[in-house]
Amino acid sequence: MTVTLQIDGKEVKAREGMTILEAAKEAGVEIPKLCYHEKLKPYGACRICSVEVERKGRARIVASCGYPVEQGLVVRTRSPRIDRIRKTLIELIAPTTMVDGEVVGEIKKLAKEYGANIHRFESRFRAKPTRCILCGQCVRYCDEVIGEHAIGFVGRGIERRAVFFPEKAKACLTCQACFDLCPTGKIPSETDFVVFDGFSIDDYLAGEL
Amino acid sequence: MVSRTKSPKPTKVSTTVSKVIRNYQQDKDKLIQILLYLQSTLGWLSREVLTEVSEQLQVPITQVYQIASYYKAFSLMPRGRHIIKVCLGTACQVRGSPRLLDTISAMLNLKPCETSEDMRFTLETVNCLGCCAMGPVVVVDETYHTKPSPSDLRKLFESAK
Repeated sequence: MTVTLQIDGKEVKAREGMTILEAAKEAGVEIPKLCYHEKLKPYGACRICSVEVERKGRARIVASCGYPVEQGLVVRTRSPRIDRIRKTLIELIAPTTMVDGEVVGEIKKLAKEYGANIHRFESRFRAKPTRCILCGQCVRYCDEVIGEHAIGFVGRGIERRAVFFPEKAKACLTCQACFDLCPTGKIPSETDFVVFDGFSIDDYLAGEL
Repeated sequence: MVSRTKSPKPTKVSTTVSKVIRNYQQDKDKLIQILLYLQSTLGWLSREVLTEVSEQLQVPITQVYQIASYYKAFSLMPRGRHIIKVCLGTACQVRGSPRLLDTISAMLNLKPCETSEDMRFTLETVNCLGCCAMGPVVVVDETYHTKPSPSDLRKLFESAK
């Protein structure tokens, strides 16, 4: 079954069950994302992929990575409203990803594109700048694709961390699939590849993360 | 019987865990119930216990830790034989619980969330116990105490061995 929808004014044909993000990609429309990965189930954590969908004349904001395409849907991936939302989202995650007064990785590119003021929430930021935005790509890739469960989330709220489990991480020596996924580059820059010193469950339990 | 050369401790943990898991029909969906039960009998969830649960229940260790570290009902640190909870909810706060906490803290020489070296006491703070009319409330081993005076507290702590 195919459905026809409109993305940024273009008529797009898509298969039923696809998400807006996938349909847009096939139609050559790039939607920014931080937690989406084509091999993983939609997670909807970063909200950077938010788009405006219009149905029966009413527009609302949805996360395109998890929203299935519908017949006759009108989608806008760029609009003043969307750009403002993305800008604010980047400003909110900026303090966590600050290294030497500058945001890193994917966030740097996005901040530039959307004109985000990365210092906007800096003074009100009370959590530890961990360089992790909790997108969960590493955790989910290890679970869903690799099947090793060597990295997982612990804690909650501002204390939530992704940590390695050294006893499971023997496979990491040859795998390192999550290293390239990390949108901030935290994993490749902070792991020692062997015992994950400063990045493991033991460090979390010792209250050092 | 040659295989029984393992140190006695790991065998004990694995049998405790397997008994509990069997009581819960080896059901992965009952992970939280299993952890709660282990927490209440052992006092805290050690790395060893959680690894055992993960292996026997065939749930990834990452998932076990995600749950065990999420809920405040689980403790990943050893806890003392006596748990002292001081309520810092709004009503108790207004009725002077911060001062009460300072008093207890000084008496036991413990900061909140700390356990004494002899494993006798663990001092914790909670956010509301639902009995604001009794505030400020201190709970010592599941017994509620209304606005205890320093001498009440001294007696309580001395009787708790």
